[in-house]
Amino acid sequence: MKYTAQDFKSNQEVRWCPGCGDHAVLAALQRALPQVSEDLGYELEKFVVVSGIGCSSRLPYYMNTYGFHSIHGRATAISTGIKVANPELCVWQACGDGDALAIGGNHFIHAIRRNVDLNIVLFNNQIYGLTKGQYSPTSKFGTITKTSPYGTVENPFTPGMLVLGARGTFFARGIDNDLALNQSIFITAAKHRGTSVCEMLTNCVIFNDGAHAAFAAREVRAERTITLRDGEKMLFGANNDKGLILKDGQLAVAKIGEDGVTLDDILTHHVDSNDIGLQSMLIDMKYPDMPVALGVIRDVKDKTYDINVQDQVNDVTAKARIHCVDDLLRSGSTWEVK
Amino acid sequence: MQHKVIDIKDVVIRFAGDSGDGMQLTGTLFADTSALYGNEISTFPDYPAEIRAPHGTISGVSGFQVHIGSEGVNTPGDFCDVLVAMNPAALKANVKWAKPTATIIIDTDTFDEQGLKKAGFTTDNPITELRIEDRNVICAQITSLTKESLKDSGLDPKSIVRSKNMFTLGMCFFMFNRPLEYINTYLEKKFAKKPHLIEPNKKVLFDGYNYASNIHAIANTYEVAPAKQEKGIYRNINGNQATAWGLIAAAEKSGLQLFCGSYPITPATAILEELAIHKNLNVKTMQAEDEIAGICTAIGAAYAGDFAVTSTSGPGLSLKSEALGLAMITELPLVVIDVQRSGPSTGIPTKTEQTDLNQALYGRNGECPVCIVAAHSPSNCFDAAFNAGKLALEHMMPVILMSEGFIANGSEPWKIPSMADYPAIKPPFIEECEGGFKPFERDPQTFVRKWAVPGKKGLNHRVGGLEKNPAGVISSDPENHAMMVAARAEKIARVADCIPAQKVIGDSEGDVLVVGWGGTFGHLFTAVNELSAQGHKVSLAHFDYINPLPKNTAEIFAKFKKIIVCELNSGHFADYLRAKLPQFSYLQYNKVQGQPFIVKEVVDAIKEIL
Repeated sequence: MKYTAQDFKSNQEVRWCPGCGDHAVLAALQRALPQVSEDLGYELEKFVVVSGIGCSSRLPYYMNTYGFHSIHGRATAISTGIKVANPELCVWQACGDGDALAIGGNHFIHAIRRNVDLNIVLFNNQIYGLTKGQYSPTSKFGTITKTSPYGTVENPFTPGMLVLGARGTFFARGIDNDLALNQSIFITAAKHRGTSVCEMLTNCVIFNDGAHAAFAAREVRAERTITLRDGEKMLFGANNDKGLILKDGQLAVAKIGEDGVTLDDILTHHVDSNDIGLQSMLIDMKYPDMPVALGVIRDVKDKTYDINVQDQVNDVTAKARIHCVDDLLRSGSTWEVK
Repeated sequence: MQHKVIDIKDVVIRFAGDSGDGMQLTGTLFADTSALYGNEISTFPDYPAEIRAPHGTISGVSGFQVHIGSEGVNTPGDFCDVLVAMNPAALKANVKWAKPTATIIIDTDTFDEQGLKKAGFTTDNPITELRIEDRNVICAQITSLTKESLKDSGLDPKSIVRSKNMFTLGMCFFMFNRPLEYINTYLEKKFAKKPHLIEPNKKVLFDGYNYASNIHAIANTYEVAPAKQEKGIYRNINGNQATAWGLIAAAEKSGLQLFCGSYPITPATAILEELAIHKNLNVKTMQAEDEIAGICTAIGAAYAGDFAVTSTSGPGLSLKSEALGLAMITELPLVVIDVQRSGPSTGIPTKTEQTDLNQALYGRNGECPVCIVAAHSPSNCFDAAFNAGKLALEHMMPVILMSEGFIANGSEPWKIPSMADYPAIKPPFIEECEGGFKPFERDPQTFVRKWAVPGKKGLNHRVGGLEKNPAGVISSDPENHAMMVAARAEKIARVADCIPAQKVIGDSEGDVLVVGWGGTFGHLFTAVNELSAQGHKVSLAHFDYINPLPKNTAEIFAKFKKIIVCELNSGHFADYLRAKLPQFSYLQYNKVQGQPFIVKEVVDAIKEIL
């Protein structure tokens, strides 16, 4: 390969708190990009990393690429502008749950609706970290924070459901310290033409420590999460002997060998299925009732906005009779004074 | 009665009707025909915010004023010589704009009990109620005559009634001896895909023409001779169209793709619409999900190397404020067009004002000066947009272009320029560098930084809203911050080296200097001309460049005994001048009614201080 992870590391000191989940996500991204470059033919200078505001939005400073650290919530709109202006760039975006889903919620859903070819890494730690600990739109009902001292009284977003609601074409989920899985998620996301939303369940050691621990802690992860892989059976568990089945139209956990369940009864995962019903059930699985789904859950083909815009420009230009401003100024009704 | 053709220098006609009556089209056609005939023209659409306000009510009245003449047409005219009122509400709402000598044409078919009641008349005789008995009121049964004219046309009854504006237009064509060829060609083009509509429209127009010629109520018709115009090819253009074209011209001259990210907002929407038509000229437009996304997509496009613009009006500029600060601190080229309307908040969206100047000057957090230029007439929007683009691209900064509803929707004939006469635009691109690109290193003369576009090898760098040092590294160092704040301000101050000197219209010294900016130019120019003709020592300095001010501004001001700043706000430019050039004292003439100036009121105000 032409590049190594080292080529994507900037010389700036990484200033996240020790133990913050963002470190691992950054490492996975830096490891993934050499492969992305190799597979898709992007030179280093074609990578642009955009962010909004928040702890995770510091990420562009740590990448040895073109970078734009913008303003709160607007990263998605700025990324969109970059990609539409120049579809040949490989645009990555780092944003947090408050950044992308609260103040920037509108841009987030509209980028997805348009299917702009962006790779969005959504750091979901269910808290506002940079402002020191207020609840976010993904904080669980009842979460006690500085602005909710008696617990929140509002329901959180499930980001993947928002993606599906906007007819998103790609959604994946990973746990911050699972570098191998996240690396593969990022490579798949880059290859996907359209808005790829990669939700990273990150841990904020200072203000929301253990927010995902109930299923993400290493000792319970195998039993309480399921990593979905395209074309493979939906199996999980320390012994890989549990799987997902459909029962009365709902997903359920079954153990192979119990109640006559065989491997044939276990569902097979298809990332490119247009069955949004099944994908939404997978995305919406919550511990403790169900294992939390990880990996690439949805990856379907569709036209991208940036290419549609370019195609229309090319089409109109090919058919146009006006080719320069002098032509334009003299088009339509004019008259001559002699 | 003997029919006479009277030669006159200029005439103002106001078409008024219900907002569904097609008055904007009628007025536009009359204006276009006159322009083709060789007259100078100036137009002013005055329409309600509602697309179809309650039928027959005052709030639903839509007006379109056209001023045509053989010389000196610089405004749409204060008061009209002819008022066409298609219903009682239109008469009631517009009679105040009719000169005492005006001819008033009304469609008596609409002056029934219900119509009068809806318009708020309390008697059954609107003529006496409005005290216009002594005017030349032509009562025509326009609706009935239109129905009669088109009874065999095969059109449905609704379409027939809708054609009454064409009947009225025919009457006006007779009154002003307008040639019919243009309108025939227009109708043939407009209805090329619906040919069955061509003949009925022509017929009703001719019937209106003949009706006017037959009734003898119109004793005299008027001949407005063609203007003595410079040789060349002309066209009509309104301000929003000229703005869009000026932006395309700047993109062409810079060799860059034009990107416009915008959100629809009255009265700026037509800029986005116009740009969206011309994708063939290397234009990408994006109707964003909101005003903020409009400017942020544009900032992204600017970072990626496009000539990026966003168009809006006052409330949209408020929403864009934070992002404008981002464009300023990242030092990216961007043109923000603010087509001002009446505020605050939603205000009166379709009415003109200059009340956003303070917002443009000061409406951001932190030390955030922004370059501001203004357009002064519909056709001048082309040059203003071009210049705004040139400044933004060559100085790596956002530029706010101030337009306003009055010139954005108003139109005038424009001698088409040649692009060969416009200067090249040379953005400060950098292609390569050794030892790492330092994004905020500056040219020592202009303080302008280099533009490194993603995709260029070896120029990887980061920009953002956080304060940086010249190398592009985040810094909260106190001295660095003070230095960067001063450098960004100095960069904008030095734009003054690249803009033309301020001109004075009239003598360069005298008793009163009238100071204005933006779309009030026509009114102030006419007022100053009138006063000069009366022997007063009055001159005009009309500013196209607001921030920075032209370098010779103080020099000009020093030569007049009094300075009066005239604007359609409570004194924004006057206050700005007081802050920038406190050695002078400034008198003010202000109007905040959502309406343009009236020449007479400006003349009176200046006379008061003479």
